[in-house]
Amino acid sequence: MELCEYTCWQLHDMLKRKEVSSREITESVIKRIEEVDERTNCYITKTFDVALQKSHQVDDKIRRGEEIHPLSGIPIAIKDNICTEGVRTTCGSRILLNFIPPYDATVVKRLKEKGAVFIGKTNMDEFAMGSSTETSYFGITRNPWNLETVPGGSSGGSAAAVAADQTILALGSDTGGSIRQPASMCGVIGLKPTYGRISRFGLIAYASSLDQIGPITKDVRDCTLLLNAISGYDEQDSTSVNREVPDYTKSLVEDLKGIKIGIPTEYFGKGLDKEVEEGVLDGVKLLCSLGAEAEETHLPHTDYAIASYYLIATSEASSNLARYDGVGYGYRGAEEDLIDMYKHTRSSGFGAEVKRRIMLGTYSLSSGYYDAYYLKALKVRTLIKQDFEEAFKKFDCLITPTSPTPAFYIGEKIDDPLTMYLQDIYTISTNLAGIPGISIPCGFSHDGLPIGLQILGPIFGEEKLLQIAYTFEQNTDYHQQKPKI
Amino acid sequence: MGITKEEVEYIARLARLEFDETEKEAFTHQLDKILEYVDKINELDTSHVQPSSHVIPLENVLREDNVKESLPRDLVLANAPKKERGYFKVPKVIE
Repeated sequence: MELCEYTCWQLHDMLKRKEVSSREITESVIKRIEEVDERTNCYITKTFDVALQKSHQVDDKIRRGEEIHPLSGIPIAIKDNICTEGVRTTCGSRILLNFIPPYDATVVKRLKEKGAVFIGKTNMDEFAMGSSTETSYFGITRNPWNLETVPGGSSGGSAAAVAADQTILALGSDTGGSIRQPASMCGVIGLKPTYGRISRFGLIAYASSLDQIGPITKDVRDCTLLLNAISGYDEQDSTSVNREVPDYTKSLVEDLKGIKIGIPTEYFGKGLDKEVEEGVLDGVKLLCSLGAEAEETHLPHTDYAIASYYLIATSEASSNLARYDGVGYGYRGAEEDLIDMYKHTRSSGFGAEVKRRIMLGTYSLSSGYYDAYYLKALKVRTLIKQDFEEAFKKFDCLITPTSPTPAFYIGEKIDDPLTMYLQDIYTISTNLAGIPGISIPCGFSHDGLPIGLQILGPIFGEEKLLQIAYTFEQNTDYHQQKPKI
Repeated sequence: MGITKEEVEYIARLARLEFDETEKEAFTHQLDKILEYVDKINELDTSHVQPSSHVIPLENVLREDNVKESLPRDLVLANAPKKERGYFKVPKVIE
């Protein structure tokens, strides 16, 4: 077994016992990237020199007999919408082709302090707008389980890199499912934390009231380690919540006694692939055999979630993306006068999907449509949030599929925006309600593609989600299976 | 509610985007389909529902008005497509 195939916690133990060095781990990951990234295209920017330099520092520290953090010396990939000082951050867009942030995102700063090794910036749908990593200016990322299929999106580069052992850990961001859906399609763990759990400072904004950074990892233990490292209040993000961060590794206990699972029937209807349904329900059965109780329940406004989401997210996006004007940074188009410069910059700097969403958002915020679309969507959001509040009075968690299908083929949905939007049906409500959700592997389709099971919990209910996910993982081996690439 | 090509042109102007004829046709068709779908939220009676622009209870965050270090000008200007004597340079705005 190569070092790149291990988990973070395994490598940490090996580092502490001085069985391996961080340099060896980093070199193993670099070698793996050099072998397979030509085929998967997970990375937009590789930072091998910086990574090796950092690994030397950590090795020196170990040699001196100093204590090291569980993430010290461990390679991590960062989604390319998270700012890294001095390292190009593109958001998968031509408009930020040459953007070199003068500062680190708070999550990056925290990881640097802990000695994590930054291996590169991962590919993504442009501005995180997509469910397949097909809209990036830097080409399509391919799913390591089947190179003809998509890795999901928008954090497809991060999820595929974790699955293909092209990193040990990764960060993604999730606005409507962009961590959980690719994690599901690539057979890895992806957690969208509660809104406000993690600072968004330095995360390039798509829809500010929905965006959240989170871990993508090979197992649940790694997820807790990464979550511990990046959570917590940040005075530079006024929407981050000033609330104590528990030690999430304390949730790594195998215990489901008294756990009540709700199964929302609205998530098991039309459009759900048969094998996905079976995989998820078998997973629920397993949890019940381990002591949990499951019962059907209802989230009556589910059917309105996608409509509400695409109005709110695009409205926020049309406002957030107004900053790309060709003045302060990024790409500038041909300039005759100022207005022309804006138009040329934005029309050739943004790709089709980003333009579509800016148009939809601008429309729903425009005079005459504001009440019928944007304001109405915010009211529907309240109803969706109330559905979850009701459900969590009775249940500790809800279990659903993460995505209605396993990975689909490249090109299959890209020409039909609405069909692509409908892909997010099981993940989107979570963002609207601000609650946490985790996707874990729960099986494979007949043609060998991973299937993901999603566990949802109440606001700041990460601990119980992780405990349930950990118990599931301890009794299955789906997370240990690797794609043959 | 259908969307017309004229509306697409109007929205594009607001968003500082421009499209050629083929793109305009495509966008009109696609946006029309998307709007037809999202229109379903208007089936719901929300007359007694408060809108949620945020879902976590948030309060104004205040701090002391102290001068802190800011990013060095050179570093900030390093990303500018055009600059001159420490300023961002744009096409002439005032006639």
